[in-house]
Amino acid sequence: MLTPAQRAAKADLAETLLAAAPASGNDGAWAREARALAARRLREMGAPVRRDEYWKWTDPATLAQVEAPEATVFSDPAETPVFEAAGGLKLVFADGVFRPDLSDPLDGIEGVEVAPLSEAMAADIHWAKDLYGALEGEGHYVPRPLAALNTATATEGFAVRVTGRADRPLHFRYLHEDPRSDAVVHHVVRLEPGAELTVLENGPAAARLNGCMEVDVADTARFHHVRAQGRAHERRAFTAMFARLGRESAYKSFTLTVNGALTRNEQVVDFTGDDAVAHVAGACVGDRDFHHDDTVFVTHGAERCESRQVFKKVLRGEAKGIFQGKILVKAGAQKTDGYQISQGLLLDDTAEFLAKPELEIYADDVACSHGSTCGAVDEDMLFYMRARGVPRAEAQNLLVLAFLAEAVQEIEEEALAEEVRERIAGWIDRRR
Amino acid sequence: MLEIRNLHVKLEEEDKAILKGVDLTVEAGKVHAIMGPNGSGKSTLSYVLSGREGYEVTEGSATLLGEDVLEMEAEERAAAGLFLAFQYPVEIPGVGNMTFLRTALNSQRKARGEEELSAGDFLKLIRAKAKDLKMSQDMLKRPVNVGFSGGEKKRNEILQMAVLEPKMCILDETDSGLDVDAMKLVADGVNALRSEGRSFLVITHYQRLLDHITPDVVHIMADGRIVKTGGPELALEVEREGYAHLAGEAA
Repeated sequence: MLTPAQRAAKADLAETLLAAAPASGNDGAWAREARALAARRLREMGAPVRRDEYWKWTDPATLAQVEAPEATVFSDPAETPVFEAAGGLKLVFADGVFRPDLSDPLDGIEGVEVAPLSEAMAADIHWAKDLYGALEGEGHYVPRPLAALNTATATEGFAVRVTGRADRPLHFRYLHEDPRSDAVVHHVVRLEPGAELTVLENGPAAARLNGCMEVDVADTARFHHVRAQGRAHERRAFTAMFARLGRESAYKSFTLTVNGALTRNEQVVDFTGDDAVAHVAGACVGDRDFHHDDTVFVTHGAERCESRQVFKKVLRGEAKGIFQGKILVKAGAQKTDGYQISQGLLLDDTAEFLAKPELEIYADDVACSHGSTCGAVDEDMLFYMRARGVPRAEAQNLLVLAFLAEAVQEIEEEALAEEVRERIAGWIDRRR
Repeated sequence: MLEIRNLHVKLEEEDKAILKGVDLTVEAGKVHAIMGPNGSGKSTLSYVLSGREGYEVTEGSATLLGEDVLEMEAEERAAAGLFLAFQYPVEIPGVGNMTFLRTALNSQRKARGEEELSAGDFLKLIRAKAKDLKMSQDMLKRPVNVGFSGGEKKRNEILQMAVLEPKMCILDETDSGLDVDAMKLVADGVNALRSEGRSFLVITHYQRLLDHITPDVVHIMADGRIVKTGGPELALEVEREGYAHLAGEAA
């Protein structure tokens, strides 16, 4: 429990953060109202502090201070840009600001309407205004003040509406150029019934990123998301994805995180229609001051839905991995199939993995399972491989890739999965 | 081929001697069998020779073709031509059987300064060997030993042996957990590999494997030592009389 003084400090900090945000000039009336509601949510919740239940393992201080901590710009000229081969419609941000000069034309995918957030907020687009801040606003079973801050202050991002089956991905690329940049990006994506879209994201984005994506998946629509958070060692990120799933719809999201001083990825998935499927997965590899936190909340409010959470973390050299995952099955959500696994592979004694799996079930005919493990590389496997002639380092690399395989295979598109495997292998190679 | 002299081994963690002076010479092209009761040190001998951690050699030596194997890392021993067919082959989820075997083969070749095998050549090689052992494409594609039956795991060991073409093969209780048909398949696989330049050390508790793989020499091990050495007839004697009789005779 927080004391009144601690609560007051949280409220003060919330006020400070709201006051420090740049004004968003040309909002329409609905947008101003959506922001005001988000600001009110933030004021009620207060800014996050370490004492909050879901921040006890990740200190939110650097995410919730006015100035972004500086982060050296990282570049590796030898590295080809991630997902370049996927042939997506590329929309490029530099330090969180959309750069049309580096991007493809917005109308490059048939059946996909794309509008910059600033335009959408000024206009009267019914699907955008029904969505902006709506899923975030409903997603506070657990307080998510940084997401509310995002809704209240974001001016960058895209409003996307999908009416058909997109024949190529939509690709957001986030460049980091200024060591002091602070980015707030908010996307809303509406998939109409039967529509299908893959969204790719990659890059470090800024010294600090607050990224929010609201995804409304209508009946029988399918949404795929594959993300690679940039290799920059010092970047910080808070991201939150909010998904609402209609009947027989599908939502699949995978995130690869390599390096980063602080990453908190939240996933909030709400089943509102029967027979839908949601898979959220993540693989991360990190060392030194790497701190990586996946916080997932899946709510089953409909019948016969399937959810999977698969999170794997390879850690070494004082790196820290966190998993907080919950499956909430509401009364009446019969025949729910819920699965959750989180595993940490510690490559030395100084790394740490902390997990809090939670199940809360109010229906009586469901199958839910969860598991969490943490351990070192299996010595028996290592010896078996070495006894066949595979040198220790290489055997360990194969086992690291094998450990991450269950998460990576959640990516449906094999070419994307293969690219993710290559990136992981690259990380391993660089640490020989 | 393999020369073991007065080998004494204890567990690293505790002060418990397991091998108490093993002497053994396996000549090129020969098949030697080691039989013995449980706890006599048979499996420890195989682990110590193949480089498993957790054991400490307190005295004696072991050389493969004149080279001190005890000084080598496990992977160096493999590259030098030593192969242990495991009593309990390890399951490795997430690592494909073919990927593993190709990595192993090419690691060994690299260590010996030989050219690595291309993907195409490897595929041809493994398909031919797998066919001999009646192993399906599916088994080659699955993760190493995952979901394999006991017999399939042992066949996989022999497949690895056939592909890696070691000089000194140690079979640790390869017959355990096998039915008659599986044992015949495994034995046929081993027999096909017998050659002038390749030696075998077959460790077994029962005589039945030796019906299929006929040894040149049979050793009886008890309490960390070789207590008796003879021809194939010694295995039959064990089957008839039991170990207690033989151990008593040696004492």
